[in-house]
Amino acid sequence: MKRFSATLVLTAATLAAHGAWAQDGEPIKIGVLHSLSGTMAISETTLKDTVLMMVEQQNAKGGLLGRPLEAVVVDPASDWPLFAEKARELLTVSDVDAIFGCWTSVSRKSVLPVIEELNGLLFYPVQYEGEESSRNVIYTGAAPNQQAIPAVDYMADELGVEKWALLGTDYVYPRTTNNILDAYLKGKGVAAEDIFVNYTPFGHSDWSKIVADVVALGADGKKVGVVSTINGDANVGFYKELAAAGVSADDIPVMAFSVGEEELAGLDTANLVGHLAAWNYFQTAESDANTAFIKEWKDFIGDENRVTNDPMEATVIGFKAWVAAVEKAGTTDVDPVLDAIVGVEVPNLTGGTATVLPNHHITKPVLIGEIREDGQFDIVSQTDPVPGDAWTDHLPESAKLEADWPGKDCGMFNTETNACVQVQSNY
Amino acid sequence: MTDKLTRKPFILRNPSILVVLAVLSVFTLAVTLLSQAYGSGVIPTSTVKVLGKTLCLALAAVAMDLVWGYLGILSLGQMAFFALGGYLIGQWLMYARTEAIVAASLAGNPIPPTPAELQEGVANQIFGVVGSADLPLVWAFAHSLPIQLALVLAVPGLLALAFGWLAFRSRVNGVYLSILTQAMTLALALWLFQNDNGFRGNNGLSGLQNIPGLDEVDQATLSVWFLWASALALGLAYVLAAWVVSGKFGSVVRAIRDDETRVRFLGYPVEGFKLVVFTLAAIITAIAGALYYPQAGIINPAELMPIASIYLAVWVAIGGRGRLYGAIVGAVVVSLLSSWFTGGRAPSIHLPGYTVNWVDWWQVALGLSFVLVTLFAPKGIAGIVDRLGGILSPRRHGRDLGPDQGALQEQEARA
Amino acid sequence: MIRPLIVLVLSLLFALPAAANPALRAVIDANLDQIEKPSRRTVEPLVADLAATGPEGLALLSAWADRSLGVTEDGRLLIVRGDAATDAVTGQPVPGADPRMLRPNSGVRGVIESALVANEISSPDPARRAAALARIARDGTADHLAALRAAPPEKDPALAAQRDRATSLLAIRFDPDPASRVAAIESMAGDVGLDFRAVLNPLLATTRIAAADEPADANVARELSIGGDFPREAAVALLTGQGVLQPRLTPADQRNALAASIVDGTAGGVPVADLSDPAARDRAYEALEATGTVPPAATDAEADAAIEANRFFEIYAEPDRAVTDAARAAERGAQVRLAAMAGIDLGLDALSMASIYFLAAIGLAVTFGVMRVINMAHGEFIMMGAYTGYTVQTLIADRTLSLVVALPLAFAVTFGAGVVLYRLVIRHLARRPLETLLATFGVSIALQQLAKNIFGTQARPLTAPAWLEGAITVNDVISISSIRVAIFVLALLFLGLFLFIMKRTRLGLEVRAVTQDPGMAASMGINPDRIAMMTFGLGSGIAGIAGVAIGLFAQVTSELGQHYIVQSFMTVVVGGVGTIWGTLAGAGLIGGLSKVIEALNPANALAAQTFMILFIIIFIQFRPRGIIPQRGRAAEA
Repeated sequence: MKRFSATLVLTAATLAAHGAWAQDGEPIKIGVLHSLSGTMAISETTLKDTVLMMVEQQNAKGGLLGRPLEAVVVDPASDWPLFAEKARELLTVSDVDAIFGCWTSVSRKSVLPVIEELNGLLFYPVQYEGEESSRNVIYTGAAPNQQAIPAVDYMADELGVEKWALLGTDYVYPRTTNNILDAYLKGKGVAAEDIFVNYTPFGHSDWSKIVADVVALGADGKKVGVVSTINGDANVGFYKELAAAGVSADDIPVMAFSVGEEELAGLDTANLVGHLAAWNYFQTAESDANTAFIKEWKDFIGDENRVTNDPMEATVIGFKAWVAAVEKAGTTDVDPVLDAIVGVEVPNLTGGTATVLPNHHITKPVLIGEIREDGQFDIVSQTDPVPGDAWTDHLPESAKLEADWPGKDCGMFNTETNACVQVQSNY
Repeated sequence: MTDKLTRKPFILRNPSILVVLAVLSVFTLAVTLLSQAYGSGVIPTSTVKVLGKTLCLALAAVAMDLVWGYLGILSLGQMAFFALGGYLIGQWLMYARTEAIVAASLAGNPIPPTPAELQEGVANQIFGVVGSADLPLVWAFAHSLPIQLALVLAVPGLLALAFGWLAFRSRVNGVYLSILTQAMTLALALWLFQNDNGFRGNNGLSGLQNIPGLDEVDQATLSVWFLWASALALGLAYVLAAWVVSGKFGSVVRAIRDDETRVRFLGYPVEGFKLVVFTLAAIITAIAGALYYPQAGIINPAELMPIASIYLAVWVAIGGRGRLYGAIVGAVVVSLLSSWFTGGRAPSIHLPGYTVNWVDWWQVALGLSFVLVTLFAPKGIAGIVDRLGGILSPRRHGRDLGPDQGALQEQEARA
Repeated sequence: MIRPLIVLVLSLLFALPAAANPALRAVIDANLDQIEKPSRRTVEPLVADLAATGPEGLALLSAWADRSLGVTEDGRLLIVRGDAATDAVTGQPVPGADPRMLRPNSGVRGVIESALVANEISSPDPARRAAALARIARDGTADHLAALRAAPPEKDPALAAQRDRATSLLAIRFDPDPASRVAAIESMAGDVGLDFRAVLNPLLATTRIAAADEPADANVARELSIGGDFPREAAVALLTGQGVLQPRLTPADQRNALAASIVDGTAGGVPVADLSDPAARDRAYEALEATGTVPPAATDAEADAAIEANRFFEIYAEPDRAVTDAARAAERGAQVRLAAMAGIDLGLDALSMASIYFLAAIGLAVTFGVMRVINMAHGEFIMMGAYTGYTVQTLIADRTLSLVVALPLAFAVTFGAGVVLYRLVIRHLARRPLETLLATFGVSIALQQLAKNIFGTQARPLTAPAWLEGAITVNDVISISSIRVAIFVLALLFLGLFLFIMKRTRLGLEVRAVTQDPGMAASMGINPDRIAMMTFGLGSGIAGIAGVAIGLFAQVTSELGQHYIVQSFMTVVVGGVGTIWGTLAGAGLIGGLSKVIEALNPANALAAQTFMILFIIIFIQFRPRGIIPQRGRAAEA
């Protein structure tokens, strides 16, 4: 299946190039920088296919500015330094006008200096830890205030959670998210001893002790809730151990930020029913746009069982926003497109609109879903679109920072001293 | 020490030195003339960077060959030294660049910043993303290039010295030692993965391609400069390594590889010899790392997971152990092939009913080819050179134990 | 389209007979918004109102709680069970209805269930009584206490015990009479149950205050003196928090104050350019203080005076002294037992970890012990076993049966793979251990990628049968999941099997002979090559079984083997080569150690791994041949 889709990539790319749907002129090239091999392949391949689908649809509509689109697919192979190398190649050798890519934070940090040096344009489609705003990146995934904070509010208000276990894989996204949540919860009056933080390595499998620790948190009579930023495979062992310990979602609800439809496909979901996830999109979202998208996706990939997920929606939004900005600017050059893209509104798949903000983030609704037996989510809460905040307001050091590209031409503006801290990103 | 009357000069005894230096010079010159910065621009900057990095890998492979091909220790932890070199130089690169940014930003304040404020600003910039604002102790010297450069040599050297002393002293050898070196690099990698330890965890150090103080120099030029530096380092290290393994010292080292116990009985301080070579190789590897990561742009703990060191061993084995040029050939050929095959550029093979996509199958092919080399061509690519040399001037003296039988434990040579 | 029309017509027809329960209708009509979008914080009065409307209201609530309540477009509520829908108010069936189903979140469902409990507790159905008790145990209220006391006597002994416990726990929390609260506490003293501690601890929760004299009306836990667990900084912070002390001057405040008072390029008489020196800033600030331009900062002397003038107390939130005394006594009694049990639980975890390492390493120990060959592809054999288990599970739906099939099949598959690897590679590299190490590395890389190509990179589920799913729970502290117990039993089984093969069979005799002196064994008519092949197969086969076991509690990925291979090597090396007891000791040491380190540093499991490896590196220095070194002739090898 995987190989089939991989061949599809190449054919799709060539199709895009040669398919002469009455379009003239040089094709517009866009780069796709997602790992097709290595540990991240399973997640990122889906996004690569999403971009190819969008390119195909755009070409079917007559291309962009009367020119066909051509996707240049490269494979950085889940190797972080290779992301920088491939990005340089895309921008200098293939001369792409925009890049859709990256999943992990470290791959983004690897690419950032190259993109900024060569004045490229990257659309980054995954929820991330924030604390960054680059002139050359549009962040279409959720910032912490678009996922973590509303999720925690939900747990406190709707589930009555008073004691918090912040469990995460030991890397930058969980670390930063937990730091923000820690500060936020303390700001809401939660005592320091009511917050338990734990970090585990990637692929951790021995969860018995940690689950026992979490259960023991209930000893002082407060309702315990788990906020999980556990990444990837490690979730399997975690949920298995939780179920084995007889912990149901009613006893200790688990709110996951990194578990979506794709991840649940690898799990026996019977024991997970009622646990939660916070995203900006679920496949079960009820809107016409979503129904159409799911159908197009299944047709494109040729598999009825494939699911859609949040980063796919973010990719779609990013692509549509870029197309709108290019049409508005009348060119694919990065600077005019960047000028044009702020304020662009594109429909999202959950029935609202996403607006590109001056800080290069977008507005997104926050959805909370409860896991169902079939591996999908029951949406139990949906907010109005929340504007993404590049610099969180809950940490003292970044509360005074803001990003405003059109207004101040700065991604890290200190509002206390009224000065731009740095124009390039802190990588 | 050596009897100069009966011996030819060092260089003449090692004709490969001249060949390697000549090839290296021609290569460097050619790349320079075809680069975007100094020549026609046929070779794009990204390729110059790849070539420069490959030279660094070749340098690490030479060190690996020293340890494995000549000393007989299959060290599966060499990349720990490589990455340490990268981390130590990366600390300065990151600190100095951030300090300039912070100083510029604080200069806008009505009062000039105190040193403490400056440092706090730097720490906040570097560690803010992983949620900490204090400068960890391990960054105490990051502001100073000379100290960090000294540390590039000292830290891996001392680590190798301490580790080697502990291991050799208790006569840990053979596969035990290999496993132990692997444990060392794994422990270091896991330690670096922890965000608490001040090396930014999984994110590692990034933006290393921007050299502080050289903001005006573009990457096209910088990449050529680094290529020169890497080529120079490789040339010097090659001469040094060739000198070490020739002469009496080299004879003792090879003797240790072939039969450690006998050498010990002859009264040589075996542990001392082993320590010197092991430490020297660690330092060479660290220099390679310090040159590699500014070209790669980012270093993180995944770089020193055990598999990376194993690949280094694979390159040396395929190139040919016990031949310094073999290590270079192996590293260059296999790493370039690897990046070609995994880059999605290699054409797929269409078999009836199935398409072999190299992105998926390259690892399988590499693994199997490695088994085949071990089984059928223990001398690797360099073995072919030997064979050609044998045709021109047949060797009439007795056979040496050779690397294929050399890396034996004493009783195995006996049997 | 047509359906809503039909619904409309039908609903008109059926709705005309009018509400069977007008009160319910009124509540629904008034609160339809809230029923559609309820929130846990506000839903409670509504639920009470609905419950008060009688049996229809209760039926509606229970349907709402299990998400079988739908709302039609004209604002009527339907209870949908299976395909049949009935009107919640009238109880009339509504055929062909297409309501939008309501999805109250679990917080709201909890509120509803809690409201239903009072009735459920006297339900004739034991299952519903049990569910009600579970709900009370999770989230009891004062009303529940009354309901429990008013309910008819419980006949089922297990439920009766549960009910007594729930009643006591609720009595401690909600009984208005302090004497019966104390009695309830004393009746449960020494209990280590999580629920009991969860009731006790809030009673013992304290807050710290600073006051000139001991507060008369408060239930004082103890007076604090500075030092120990109450350092001076804590006292200063407490006093600052109560507004007794001015906050200390922070560097940022100082800088801002100075910046605000720059006159002609100087602040406080100090040139601005010099203010990069902290001492100069202090001087400038003092100068400004003297002129009164900036507020004086709090000094150490002021802090000392405030500390001197105040006493510090810990005050119980619970006002009743008798209750807190009883609670404290009960808690003290539980503490020692709790510590002991936490120790036992840690021991169980360590044992489980050790048995997993043992299973993973035993095959490696066999091959290494007999042939001095390190098989780097051992981890991939573990992975192969796990994938075999997964494949069998996709073919055989019954999980018990599939496990029964998977275990021997995994053994067979990896036994075969081991034999093939031996024949093709290892045999040709005999006496060249480093080469073997590298060649098997090549095999390992190839196998890992092959698994990725076949099964994909995503984790695959390998689910344990239902009877292995739960946990064996002694009490709320000591508990271990059944699957881990099963792995422990499996490890014991293999220990026994291995000992039997080695000591009681012809093969074992020959293996031991070859291990000790291959040359001599060969001259006695033993074929060392065949023995080596069999041992290699056996070792690989056990790895396959270990793979199934590991897959059952963790995740099946192509990197599964990688997670265990280094630990397996450590186990073999630390334990000592060539004896099964050495492997056992190594597994015990590493398993125990990693759990102890994890317990000491619960926030970071990664640190535990690092420290463990460091410990092993150092350990090897002192016992280079492992805990149980091999003796005799083979030891020299």
